[in-house]
Amino acid sequence: MKCSKCGGLAVINMRQHRLRLCTSHFTEWFATMVQRTIEKYEMFSPADKVLVAVSGGKDSLALWDVLLRTGYEAEGMYIGLGIDEGIGYSDKSLAMCRQFVTEHHPGAVLHVVDLGEEYGQDIPYLAHTRQRGRGKPCSVCGLVKRHIMNRVARDGGFAAIATGHNLDDEVAVLMQNTLHWQAGYLARQAPVLLERDGLARKVKPFVRIYEREAAAYALVRGIDYIYDECPFARGSTTNFYKELLNQLELQSPGAKQQFYLQFLQARDKGEIRFAGEGAVELRPCRRCSQPTTAGDLCAFCRLWES
Amino acid sequence: MVKVIYRDKTWEIKAGSTVRHVIEQADLNPESILALRDGKLINEATLTEEGDVIKLVSVVSGG
Repeated sequence: MKCSKCGGLAVINMRQHRLRLCTSHFTEWFATMVQRTIEKYEMFSPADKVLVAVSGGKDSLALWDVLLRTGYEAEGMYIGLGIDEGIGYSDKSLAMCRQFVTEHHPGAVLHVVDLGEEYGQDIPYLAHTRQRGRGKPCSVCGLVKRHIMNRVARDGGFAAIATGHNLDDEVAVLMQNTLHWQAGYLARQAPVLLERDGLARKVKPFVRIYEREAAAYALVRGIDYIYDECPFARGSTTNFYKELLNQLELQSPGAKQQFYLQFLQARDKGEIRFAGEGAVELRPCRRCSQPTTAGDLCAFCRLWES
Repeated sequence: MVKVIYRDKTWEIKAGSTVRHVIEQADLNPESILALRDGKLINEATLTEEGDVIKLVSVVSGG
């Protein structure tokens, strides 16, 4: 199989783009796709300082790498969640992030917030002892990560928080929300969530990148990442939907991309509308001053009280 | 023979088939899998050769 650009040996075949690329043209194509996405959705400008949420996984490390290589001022942020489950998951994840900096971008700034050290409890404990976490640690984990990311972004003067959510992540969520007609979630699912009332801007520069391409980029760049799934995410519905969507993609190349991009287009044109669109009023939390829709304390501060 | 590694499993197959065939024979979806030989990414049409060690990597992650 030959590279569509130079005739050299292709390392990847992207059927949805009718493109087969060698290592060099693939890394070039990848960076161009990410740059186009950043510009198309006006995520941030070259003058902005960006906080990249890194987990030690392929997507976030690939994102940090491509942003640094294309000249952005991108700093990483790792949140130590204290997940061990017999495989030292959190320790391994942090080690991967540190290794990435040492091997690929010495001098890059990595902010580390350890939940246990800073707040006294970790995710497994919170999930076990709090009503919100019973049977669904991912719910507590999401809440904690959103809170800490926002705090670090605000305190550090970052223009945006960039996450490694790829097209497969977005399509899986879109499918779940469509099957359950979650109008509020469908209204809010977007490549950019603008900053407002103390909430930092959130951007997803990989929304047009297939998960397969993000993994391929990490592999050809020699980025060592954590292959293990988060022990709490094993058997998750998101992964189930991703596998289903890949069955569809196998039969109909480009199906995932079409589903997601046409959803965004239809919503932007006003062809589809959802109840719950429009801004919900936010107030500062009495304790931490981060924005909340609740009256007094935000969900994060309530978590430590319950 | 060709050694194939996927997660914590290892098995052997005859040389000469394509990587895509190796993936399908393992009952895996080529859309969800990438293949490495000697740590290098290889495309799905690559023919396996005697003595190859092929590592299959799942690209699906997240929760």
